[in-house]
Amino acid sequence: MWRFVLKRVLLMIPTLLGVATLIFFMMRVVPGDIVEVRFAGESAFASKQTLELERKRFGLDRPLWRQYLDWMWGIVRLDFGRSMWTGAPIVEEIKLRFALSLQVAVMATVLATLLAIPLGVLAALKQDTWVDYAVRVFSIAGLATPSFWLGILIILGLLIVFRWLPPMVYTPLWENPWQNLQQLVWPALAVGYRYSAVATRMTRSAMLEVLREDYIRTARAKGLWQQLILSRHALKNAMLPVLTVIALEFAFLLGGLVVTEQVFNLNGLGLLFVEAVAHRDYTLTQALVLLVAFAFIFVNFVVDLLYGVIDPRIRFR
Amino acid sequence: MALPQPAEVWTDLPEAERPRWLAAVLDFCRRRPLGAIGAAVVVLNLVAAAGAGVLAPYDPLATDYGAMLAPPSAAHWLGTDAFGRDVLSRIIYGSRTAMLVGFSAAFLGATLGAVIGVASAYFGGRVDLLVQRVMDIFLSFPLIILALAVVSILGTGVANVILAITVPMIPRAALVVRSAALSVREMPYVDAARAAGYGHRRIIFRHMLPNVMAPYLIMLTAFLGQAILLEASLSFLGLGVAEPTPAWGLMLSGAAVDFAERAPWMAVFPGLAISLAVFAFNLFGDSLRDALDPKLRTT
Repeated sequence: MWRFVLKRVLLMIPTLLGVATLIFFMMRVVPGDIVEVRFAGESAFASKQTLELERKRFGLDRPLWRQYLDWMWGIVRLDFGRSMWTGAPIVEEIKLRFALSLQVAVMATVLATLLAIPLGVLAALKQDTWVDYAVRVFSIAGLATPSFWLGILIILGLLIVFRWLPPMVYTPLWENPWQNLQQLVWPALAVGYRYSAVATRMTRSAMLEVLREDYIRTARAKGLWQQLILSRHALKNAMLPVLTVIALEFAFLLGGLVVTEQVFNLNGLGLLFVEAVAHRDYTLTQALVLLVAFAFIFVNFVVDLLYGVIDPRIRFR
Repeated sequence: MALPQPAEVWTDLPEAERPRWLAAVLDFCRRRPLGAIGAAVVVLNLVAAAGAGVLAPYDPLATDYGAMLAPPSAAHWLGTDAFGRDVLSRIIYGSRTAMLVGFSAAFLGATLGAVIGVASAYFGGRVDLLVQRVMDIFLSFPLIILALAVVSILGTGVANVILAITVPMIPRAALVVRSAALSVREMPYVDAARAAGYGHRRIIFRHMLPNVMAPYLIMLTAFLGQAILLEASLSFLGLGVAEPTPAWGLMLSGAAVDFAERAPWMAVFPGLAISLAVFAFNLFGDSLRDALDPKLRTT
């Protein structure tokens, strides 16, 4: 077990280094740099000398390999430096945005799970009846509805029906939970629908497979009540693939909320990322990509570990 | 020789005289009505894309400042946008962008991924390990960020959007096809081909790739819907197709949100077009998967 954990942790390192390297060189390939972007409006007035001086300030005049090694050395020491655009430490820059994105992702996960598991189980139990068809159409539609469009429709609905708009300014959960929820429940709903659709489909198919197993028949033959069979025998065994898709979607949401954040005007990681790229803020972009990739890899790792906890038959190698 | 063989009897029946593909299509419709509906909508989309010039009642770029934000009426079935452009015509022309990007990106992504996956499984050992690590890196790279980077480097435009969507699809297809190819590699015919002295390229392309067609087609159909959704998201963010090209995602961005209360048709119909197209592709893909590979019915 511990050997497995160690091996998996060690395997994360080359992947993360690969991501770090890739984004470093990708950003340098993108035309323009922060100095040009900053002086874009007044380029006519900024002399070449000023531009060179500014570049020097950011260390952009040094050879590429020096910059690369500096960035790598920074990662090793967990020092991500300062944002080129605002000058604030990256950690400070990201903290609040991350809290927001994380909260929306967590809320969407809770919503999706609460919806998906009962619906999926129900559809599997009533396979090929109208209940099953309804659930399936509902979930395929969920996969097809762009979350940003659903977001627009939600805003439109609130506006037309209730003559009310969610608050525009972000309030942290610990300051005013009610205000905070009023703002964030809508984006969570918009992304949660698609999310629940993915999970519902997985729950249904996993349940269908498990319900055909011999041990379910045995349990039925013993005269166990349906509810006990479902919760103890069927659901527990069907949960592995469901857990996987839920976890992967969660990891995806952390960095993939860009479009939804745009619709709801939320200052989360996604918008920060778009801004960082637009500003050619190398340090911030690199740190953000590394953070999101780390979240993805870490969630994968946790899922692998949970597999063993839920299903003791799985042995770690 | 008095009695005809059963096979000959069947060939005498008119039903079997139909071409084989038609019989297969009819069979598909009978067995999987939902899939057939999906396929019909897909065909409808393709027809709209191909025949946009004939079908669209207006020029999608023509502005009419006399009819700005006009509600749906006999003249403009789905209303007009902030520039007085006909929403229906823009949706019909938008299907061109969606179909072009959807099919190209899905085909490129699934095919390149399949080749990489099969090659990785075929060579095995260190090559496989290395390829897997590289794929891991791309997989953990957030999709939208990859697309954003491609667009920042190359600029907006249809070709770049296709590339931006293809890149993140490759590792996903490679992953699935590789696991199927691992078992194909152990098949006797691959050994036979190797014993016959065929080169790597011939074994990979002629002997292994045709035998991973089922997962390949499944990935391909799944990618179609995703590619259309991604294109819409990118265009919505202003990173995809640029104005004034009609594209569904683009129609939802900017003015559609600002004028949502006054002109909800601007925000509702293009989104409906996206959902319907993706819904149809998914329905069709699901049924195709069930028909192709009963084992994979689970997901």
